[in-house]
Amino acid sequence: MSDTIADLSASLLRDIAAADSETALEAVRVSALGKKGSISALLASLGKMSPEERKTAGPAINGLKTEIGAQIEARRDALRAQALEKRLAAETLDVTLPLRPAPSATGRIHPVSQVIDEITAIFSDMGFAIAEGPDIETDYYNFTALNFPEGHPAREMHDTFFFAPDETGTRKLLRTHTSPVQIRTMETVAPPIRVVMPGRTYRNDSDQTHTPMFHQVEGLVIDKSSHIGQLRWVLEEFLKAFFEVESVTLRFRPSFFPFTEPSMEVDVQCDRSGNEVRIGEGSDWLEILGCGMVHPNVIANAGLDPDVYQGFAWGMGIDRIAMLKYGMADLRAFFDADVRWIEHYGFRPLDLPTLFGGLSS
Amino acid sequence: MKFTIEWLKDHLETSASTDEIVTALTMIGLEVEEVFDTGARLRDFVVAHVISAEKHPNADKLRVCKVDAGTGEVIDVVCGAPNARTGMKAVFAPVGTYIPGSDFTLTKGNIRGQASNGMLCSGRELEISEDHSGIIELPEDAPVGTPYPDYAGLDAVVIDVAITPNRGDCAGVRGIARDLAAAGLGTLKDPAIRPVPSPAGPSPIETFVDGEMCRMFAGRLVRGVKNGPSPDWLQARLRAVGLRPINALVDITNFVSLDRARPLHVFDADTLKGAVGARRARAGESFLALDGKTYDLDETMCVIADDEKVLGLGGIMGGEATGSTEETTNVFIECAWFEPNAIAAAGRKTGINSDARYRFERTVDPESVKPGIEIATQMVLDLCGGEVFEPAIAGDVHGPETVIDFPLSEVERLTGLKLSAVEIKGVLSRLGFWVSGSGETVKVAVPSWRPDVSIKADLVEEVMRIVGVDRVPVTPLPRLSGVAPRMLTPIQNRRRIARRALAARGMAEAITWSFISGEQAALFGGGQPSLRLDNAIASDMTDMRPTLLAGLLSGAARNAKRGKADVALFEVGQVFLSDAPDGQRTHATGIRTGTAAHGGGGRHWQGKTAPVGVYEAKADLAAVLDALGIDIDKTQLVAEPADWSHPGRGGRVQLGPKVILGWFGELHPRLVEAFDLAGPVAAFVLDLDALPEPRRKATRAKPALALSPLMAVRRDFAFVLDRTVEAAGVIRAAKGADKSLIADVSVFDVFEGGALGADAKSMAIEVTLQPRERTLTDEDIEAVGAKIVAAVEKATGGRLRA
Repeated sequence: MSDTIADLSASLLRDIAAADSETALEAVRVSALGKKGSISALLASLGKMSPEERKTAGPAINGLKTEIGAQIEARRDALRAQALEKRLAAETLDVTLPLRPAPSATGRIHPVSQVIDEITAIFSDMGFAIAEGPDIETDYYNFTALNFPEGHPAREMHDTFFFAPDETGTRKLLRTHTSPVQIRTMETVAPPIRVVMPGRTYRNDSDQTHTPMFHQVEGLVIDKSSHIGQLRWVLEEFLKAFFEVESVTLRFRPSFFPFTEPSMEVDVQCDRSGNEVRIGEGSDWLEILGCGMVHPNVIANAGLDPDVYQGFAWGMGIDRIAMLKYGMADLRAFFDADVRWIEHYGFRPLDLPTLFGGLSS
Repeated sequence: MKFTIEWLKDHLETSASTDEIVTALTMIGLEVEEVFDTGARLRDFVVAHVISAEKHPNADKLRVCKVDAGTGEVIDVVCGAPNARTGMKAVFAPVGTYIPGSDFTLTKGNIRGQASNGMLCSGRELEISEDHSGIIELPEDAPVGTPYPDYAGLDAVVIDVAITPNRGDCAGVRGIARDLAAAGLGTLKDPAIRPVPSPAGPSPIETFVDGEMCRMFAGRLVRGVKNGPSPDWLQARLRAVGLRPINALVDITNFVSLDRARPLHVFDADTLKGAVGARRARAGESFLALDGKTYDLDETMCVIADDEKVLGLGGIMGGEATGSTEETTNVFIECAWFEPNAIAAAGRKTGINSDARYRFERTVDPESVKPGIEIATQMVLDLCGGEVFEPAIAGDVHGPETVIDFPLSEVERLTGLKLSAVEIKGVLSRLGFWVSGSGETVKVAVPSWRPDVSIKADLVEEVMRIVGVDRVPVTPLPRLSGVAPRMLTPIQNRRRIARRALAARGMAEAITWSFISGEQAALFGGGQPSLRLDNAIASDMTDMRPTLLAGLLSGAARNAKRGKADVALFEVGQVFLSDAPDGQRTHATGIRTGTAAHGGGGRHWQGKTAPVGVYEAKADLAAVLDALGIDIDKTQLVAEPADWSHPGRGGRVQLGPKVILGWFGELHPRLVEAFDLAGPVAAFVLDLDALPEPRRKATRAKPALALSPLMAVRRDFAFVLDRTVEAAGVIRAAKGADKSLIADVSVFDVFEGGALGADAKSMAIEVTLQPRERTLTDEDIEAVGAKIVAAVEKATGGRLRA
């Protein structure tokens, strides 16, 4: 009997080892442990044995069953692992194949929009709302209300675009600066007023630094106490934050604008020795904005009493400060829709200028 | 406005250095644009001795010179000047010298076989005179080797300042000196202007004035003058500031104009007939001006005329025929005051830019007519002699004689700078204002040369600019609230969000011109006359744009010409439907060309590249709307495309027939061609102003989330439909079959043609049933399925596919 078991064991172990697939292995299992299997047959023979024989044969046959069962399981695991390995090897892909870039990686925000967002982030923190007005203006809002006398050379200096006169002989124009929004704001908002007014402006002029359409941002503070000392502070704080530098040095030069009195032009100290302009260092001066105390006539034209209300205003070119900060050389390219330029100088959609995260990355 | 330091010192007693003067000028509002030394560019020219000058062996008119320029060697120079001769002293330029008058840099030469290592120069070559008849001859004692500018005293420092339109008084050296003196850079000299005696008696030439455009006209005859070149000092000054000396009489007028901001004119009295004065021009008149051009005149212009003819355009330019020449022996000096606006208008009309116009349109001191004619007469007497007649004066003009009640506290109120009464009064007095009174409020009388000063704020500016803006302490602007509140209006936020949403879809933001060509405007329903510029800068920038599409399509065409045919561009900006403020609206508009779909354009190994189409446009519009809080599935989407769209491939999104939010579609092939583009263009337009204002709720809390514990069930249905049946109708019908149970309907398959025939299509939908109270039984599901089929068949005329 023991010989029979040993022979069967050897034969089955050979078969198990020889099984090269789970199917073959299953056939071995059925041939040994199935209803009609060789081990099942041995187990069935136990019933016909004498108790003595059974005492020795029983454990031996059961031992064989257990061992063969375990060997089959082990072989099955091995075969599965082999198969998986084979499948995985077959499934290998070339991960170096380049993908299409994500839309959020190729999309761009125009530098002017980005800079307007930066300006908005800074001034909204300082308590300034954003005000706007129409591009097509009347002579009154663009000039007269802003204290430009009729026929004054200062009007001529604006290179105004005009529309054809209507039947009453009056003609509208394209605003030459964002200052008309000062009047529109003072007419509709009660002081204290703190607004910045970004927008498109137009002058009949074209060269590398002048385009017939450009962007300005104007600021206006109207209350009962604001003065030039505070104007200096606002501009210094703004320029420091905008150019993201520790400090800026400004030079306030008295100048002339019809709508402010006193009026000043402001130069910022910078280093122009290299290819780029560095604000906050160096010994050159760069004119960057105009400002002043709102002219009493302008305050009165907007319906407020200039002996009660006072305030300051400033204006600067958005395109110009964008060029200074981000290094674009030619203003005309701003409006050309050249995707190569936009991709290079534009900003990613998630480059959100905030004060808490920094204006630029 | 250019002047030299030396000239400034005629009026300013000062020990300040050039740097100090330059800094002070800028800081008091006279912005220095340039400082240069007239001698600097002539540094390389030296005094030289011509040792010998022999005839050139191969050229009759040339001489071969041996020159000693103090370098210790003898230099060979070939010279063509007729006056080059042995032993003379001349001005020599060594090789490497830049010759300003000829605009070239001297190199070694060989002229007809003779070496030439430098040049002997004429006055014109140095740009110090017009003389080019020969080389400059220097006196015997001129020291050889000395730089010529040192020898000739050509080392004037010239300062060029920008004069703001309000400061006519600083268009003369004296005005600048006055400002500098007020700023503490010295003392203003006070050369008295004395009336010149008139031994010849009353003027034989009468004068007249129109009283409006010209308020005062003075003329004075000086007989028997000897005109000719003006003295060296005067020529040098004029030249230093860029003026060409003409003759003594003309040079005198230019000098007084620059010195005192007091333009004058001199006529050859022998060319005048009868009375001389200022009058309105008559229509049809014209005159030949000093610049050699003939100008047509009209009634808005003021002319100087005699009984017979127009002599000049008043305050702007004199006439060719009556000006003074070297032969003039009887001179009539004119000094008048013109209305600044009239001069500005006439200047604009004629396009003449002259020193006189520059000053008159900035306002010449109204009380300078009499002093001006005295100064000029004295100079004529000094330089040309003659017999002086009495001035003939017509009309009269005074300054506004403004007196301002000035509370001294105004300075601090407007600037934040606290100054003593003494300092404020001191500044104003030094500027020529008369300050009277000793209280908190003083009276300030404005001098005639400062008509720009009329109110308190003007005086504050005067004080602040002279003491220096730097002295104003920088003061924080107090915050109005601790944390800044919401600052952007809904439309401002919409623009910002739309930009980011579209950029996140891979589109590049363009900013295009607000004006486009009339043809392009007309293609998009614009082009009305009220939106057309009268003075456009270019023929393709005439009309305010009714759409952003034109600019983007032109941009795409430019990109295509540069080899970028697949572009995704958008713009968020203004369009103009009328010239009224509410006719300006904000659109967000995007286009995709070629294969520039959302996933990217161009060929790629991952998939087939297809041209962009209507669904790209719809997806872009849906994405912006979604970013702005509007679910496109909850809007009305109608298959009525915009005029710019392919009629069968476009749609409109609206919240009702009157609230149209936007359009999407493939660009009409006609427009594709009009913009010179190659393939299809997917485009959308969103009117950001049309979006409803979001309702502000009392709290920001979102509604409670009601999750069903019961499993949703999905069932598919396929319908055979007529080709024209819209998916929206199928979805609407299916959804309406049982609103409480049907949570969602989606289309998962559409195909046309094949076995279905040409006019039919199959559309398969997946319906999600979400039970609320109990699990659905098979009967429940079958019942709702039957309702869905019935509803879709009824709504569409289609049938369930077997």
